[in-house]
Amino acid sequence: MSGPNNDYDPVEVTPLHPDEVDRMKREALDAIAAAGDLPALKQVRLDHAGDRSPLGLANREIGALPPQARKEAGIRVGGARREVKEALERRTEELEAEQEARILTEEAVDVTLPTDREPRGARHPLTTIQERIAEIFVAMGWEVAEGPEVEAQWMNFDALNMGPDHPARTMQDTFWLEPSGSGLVLRTHTSPVQARTMLERTPPIYVVCPGRTFRTDELDATHSPVFSQVEGLAIDKGLSMAHLKGTLDHFAAGIFGEGVVTRFRPSYFPFTEPSAEVDVLCFVCRGESPAVESCRTCKGEGWIEWGGCGVVNPRVLVACGVDPDEWSGFAFGMGLERTLMFRNDIADMRDIFEGDVRFTLPFGLEV
Amino acid sequence: MRVPLSWLREYVDLPAETTAEELSDKLTFLGLKLEAIERPGTDVRGPLVLGRVVSFEEETHSNGKTIRWCQVDVGEDEPRGIVCGALNFAAEDLVAVALPGAVLPGGFGIGARKTYGHVSDGMICSARELGLGDDHTGILVLEPGAGEPGADAGPVLHIRDDVIELEINPDRAYALSLRGVAREAATAYSLPFTDPAEREVPARGDGYPVRVDDPDGCRVFVARTATGLDPTAPTPRWLARRIQLAGVRPISLAVDVTNYVMLQLGQPIHAYDESKLSGPIGVRRAAAGEHLTTLDDVDRVLDPEDLLITDDTGPIGIAGVMGGATTEVDERTTSIVIEAAAFDPVSVARTARRHKLPSEASRRFERGVDMRLPQQAAQRVAELLAEYGGARIDDGLTVVGKPADPEPITLPERLCSDVSGFPIPRLTVVGHLERVGCAVDDTGAGSDLVVTPASWRPDLTDPNDLVEEVLRLVGYDQVPSVLPPAPAGRGLTAEQRLRRRVGYALAGAGFVETKNFPFVGPADWANLGLAADDARRTTVRITNPWSEEEPELATTLLPGLLRALARNRARAHGDVALYEHAPVFRPDPDHPVAPLLGVDRRPTDEELARVIAAVPDQPLYLGIVVAGAREPSGWWGDGRSASWTDAIDGVRRMAETLGVEITLRTGRYPPWHPGRCAEVVVDGAVIGHAGELHPRVCKAYGVPERTAAAEVDLDALVSTATRVAVTAPALSTYPVAKEDVALVVDETVPAAEVAAVLREGAGELLEQVRLFDVYRSGQIGEGRKSLAFALRFRAPDRTLTEAEAAEARDAAVAAAAERLGAVQRA
Repeated sequence: MSGPNNDYDPVEVTPLHPDEVDRMKREALDAIAAAGDLPALKQVRLDHAGDRSPLGLANREIGALPPQARKEAGIRVGGARREVKEALERRTEELEAEQEARILTEEAVDVTLPTDREPRGARHPLTTIQERIAEIFVAMGWEVAEGPEVEAQWMNFDALNMGPDHPARTMQDTFWLEPSGSGLVLRTHTSPVQARTMLERTPPIYVVCPGRTFRTDELDATHSPVFSQVEGLAIDKGLSMAHLKGTLDHFAAGIFGEGVVTRFRPSYFPFTEPSAEVDVLCFVCRGESPAVESCRTCKGEGWIEWGGCGVVNPRVLVACGVDPDEWSGFAFGMGLERTLMFRNDIADMRDIFEGDVRFTLPFGLEV
Repeated sequence: MRVPLSWLREYVDLPAETTAEELSDKLTFLGLKLEAIERPGTDVRGPLVLGRVVSFEEETHSNGKTIRWCQVDVGEDEPRGIVCGALNFAAEDLVAVALPGAVLPGGFGIGARKTYGHVSDGMICSARELGLGDDHTGILVLEPGAGEPGADAGPVLHIRDDVIELEINPDRAYALSLRGVAREAATAYSLPFTDPAEREVPARGDGYPVRVDDPDGCRVFVARTATGLDPTAPTPRWLARRIQLAGVRPISLAVDVTNYVMLQLGQPIHAYDESKLSGPIGVRRAAAGEHLTTLDDVDRVLDPEDLLITDDTGPIGIAGVMGGATTEVDERTTSIVIEAAAFDPVSVARTARRHKLPSEASRRFERGVDMRLPQQAAQRVAELLAEYGGARIDDGLTVVGKPADPEPITLPERLCSDVSGFPIPRLTVVGHLERVGCAVDDTGAGSDLVVTPASWRPDLTDPNDLVEEVLRLVGYDQVPSVLPPAPAGRGLTAEQRLRRRVGYALAGAGFVETKNFPFVGPADWANLGLAADDARRTTVRITNPWSEEEPELATTLLPGLLRALARNRARAHGDVALYEHAPVFRPDPDHPVAPLLGVDRRPTDEELARVIAAVPDQPLYLGIVVAGAREPSGWWGDGRSASWTDAIDGVRRMAETLGVEITLRTGRYPPWHPGRCAEVVVDGAVIGHAGELHPRVCKAYGVPERTAAAEVDLDALVSTATRVAVTAPALSTYPVAKEDVALVVDETVPAAEVAAVLREGAGELLEQVRLFDVYRSGQIGEGRKSLAFALRFRAPDRTLTEAEAAEARDAAVAAAAERLGAVQRA
């Protein structure tokens, strides 16, 4: 490098000659454009933009120029270097984008391959329907009551106005428990929970009790010795059949869909008087079955038998310590397997109890 | 109750166009529920006519069969030639002939066909071929004068009818009769009702002597005698057809008329052959050791509570349930004593149950019959015997006892409206009560009604019974729908919410919920390998089990789960993980017997406590079983077989879901593999077990080898969860210091114990200890293993120095060395 030379003419210094600077710049830009990948571009950067590149060396020569000449040369060389640097940045971005696109293309997979490495589980539809029912009632301020499956006869029968000689008692096909005289049975319905609830709490009472029940039925497509019911009991001042109807209509809509209502037919249960059987409007044909000939769900009836209900017999209130002059109430009970069968189109009740995972899995984590 | 409509129409004049569907629909909404509609006779089509056998020739054929080649006058110019295989008729007999073109029940088409060398131009029919009964011993021979040859046989044979079958609830005993159903039908159509029980009973003096020693068991006993009966007199065709359509098999005139009157009026009747009676009829309770052969030829030992009908020879019948063989009416009987009585419902119910002898009679008595009926019913039987059997009715009539008067019921004025939930005018109430036969004493608005039920409605005892009567006549469809406002509730209990959460956690972890029967048996205890004194063998036993092999209630959920697993495997789904939550039943052998309390008041707290204490403990358990491939192999590589770890992990997941800290200890507990069983401990108490099942257990239940299982007391887990609130950890943001240590210990030292000692020894700076490797080799020594732990240290308030971390690590290792003999591997 030369020392300061005040008489020095930059135009006369070859590397700083405008044509020369322009040539160096063009060479650099050509090389950048020609670089096909990032390693090549890295070399181009060293060759054309580094300290030892022609433009880098030219830049150093500026310091040797007389002060009056430095400005012009600085502008010339600096402009060229800036242009080269920007070109390098652009090309780097281009090449990086190309490289990323190539890698991502190479990494493509077949997303339709099976991924079920982790085994799938499911809750049982009897569980989910019990919870669904509980939620419908809890949302109305009711509570969920529970009781034992091995139950005292007094709770299962006597307290419910089914004395030892009541015809309904023999109709219930009871599993009796040893030793004889134990006073115990497998509960034949969820109704003893009514009795327990009245004995344990003070009115007003609004409870539902889903649970497992037992009768000496054979196991076939529509019967099972072990089955489930949901029981409902409301005790308050001035409750009537109308409140029962309102509650069951709401219940039916919650389980089967808006607009599905119930209808009552006179019936007999020892623990209710008046008593009714409850039919639910067919949620498939909506009672239009004569028009929709032979609805599979309601068999063309328009209505589906659903359960039993009634106004709590005052005798039951007395036995359970509730003053019938002050309080009245209503109760209802439905078979849950039956409900599931027509709601979810289950053809054979045995499927519910066999534990075949092919039956349960489709219900998944249904709520 | 099966009701032939032609019979019903005799008591209520239904419009001709009324269909069985329409009628049964109306009856259903009055509380007599339709079970089925049958249309007997609709399967008989085409020409079925009366024929007169003009002559016949008997021919014996090479197959050994004798037939008759008959010439039968069917009202045409010439008789038809018909081959008949029966031999029970004579020339001039009137028979039923199906002519070619006719179709008989079962789609049996009749044509002229060649048989036994003749062209048979029709068929002479048996009762069975016409759907008129079981009789196929010969052809149907009609009584002379039944009709002219060629006349349509349908009306003569009463082939066509509609029968509605109704389900009668226990409170509507009156509807177990044509009388009762007709009354309801008349109500449904607002038509007059002709009561078949309204009948004159002429009598002079006493009839057959009767002594009632037990007036509580027998309120009324009526005896009427008919003598001079022609024992060969046939039952009139219309009567036999009616009882047959009502479901009772015709037998003989004397038996058929008693059944006919029972079906007509609802009053069970018994007929005695007078010649077989010795001395007066008595009614008393059985003496110990007495026995009786009943009509079904079963010798029955009688119970002192059984109410008997007796004569001088001893018992001759069980009152209201079944008669005895010795005084039975038979094909030679000419003199009959008719019994129509009112027996105590409870007595009859108990006896019928005791002897497992439900009969048409007992079904009616135990529900309550009209106590005013016996005289009319006996009279009606006697009249039918006289009319169709040529019998003479004795003037004498024995009546012992008198019907109880129905108790009046006070019906508060507003009760019907209050219970129904909408206003029902007083006039409507009175009108409907009168319609169902009640006498109503109405002293005007503002006063209670005093209602005396009809004699045929012993079920009406309470004011609410009357409300139901009124409401069903008003129409249940009139009840408005009103949602009651319940007070604010507490929502689900903590236990209920937590139990649900366990189900979600297990299902989310790939377990499938099952609902198994809680029935187990001795084979299960052997299959599970339980010791003779294992507590799980102490069970609640079912007196009348669903399966003789499984007479006990489950004390463990595993048998049910293993059966479900085996079922899945048999259906080619061996790779499954199942769970169930259900109660187990743990009887206390010393538990008190549940007292039978009255129902006229609330039991005292002490009485109630005794009832509740007698009910066995029924904690909710949760069981899981897992077998086969836990993860399948696939394009991703190898899968993973289910193992003991999955069962234990299932329990850990449950505990984590509930926020309950559990400890696992090495356990030995059947049915688990003795070396692969963990005890699940909460607060020092064992609440369950998990691990791999014993190989013999897998074999016994037919489940895959190495099936793993767990069973825990869910109630115990959940109740712990509700007691313990989670304490949030303080989070340090300072850097972590990691130290790994490998410790050599005896094979018998559980890893969890080493981890616990490390945790204790390391002190407060330890954030986490995690076992990452288990290594065995000869270099380490027989019966030894190396456990490699990663320790993470972190201080809440500063960056730890290397020296601090090393110090804590050394303290942890020193504790393991001291307490468990652990040696740190270099």
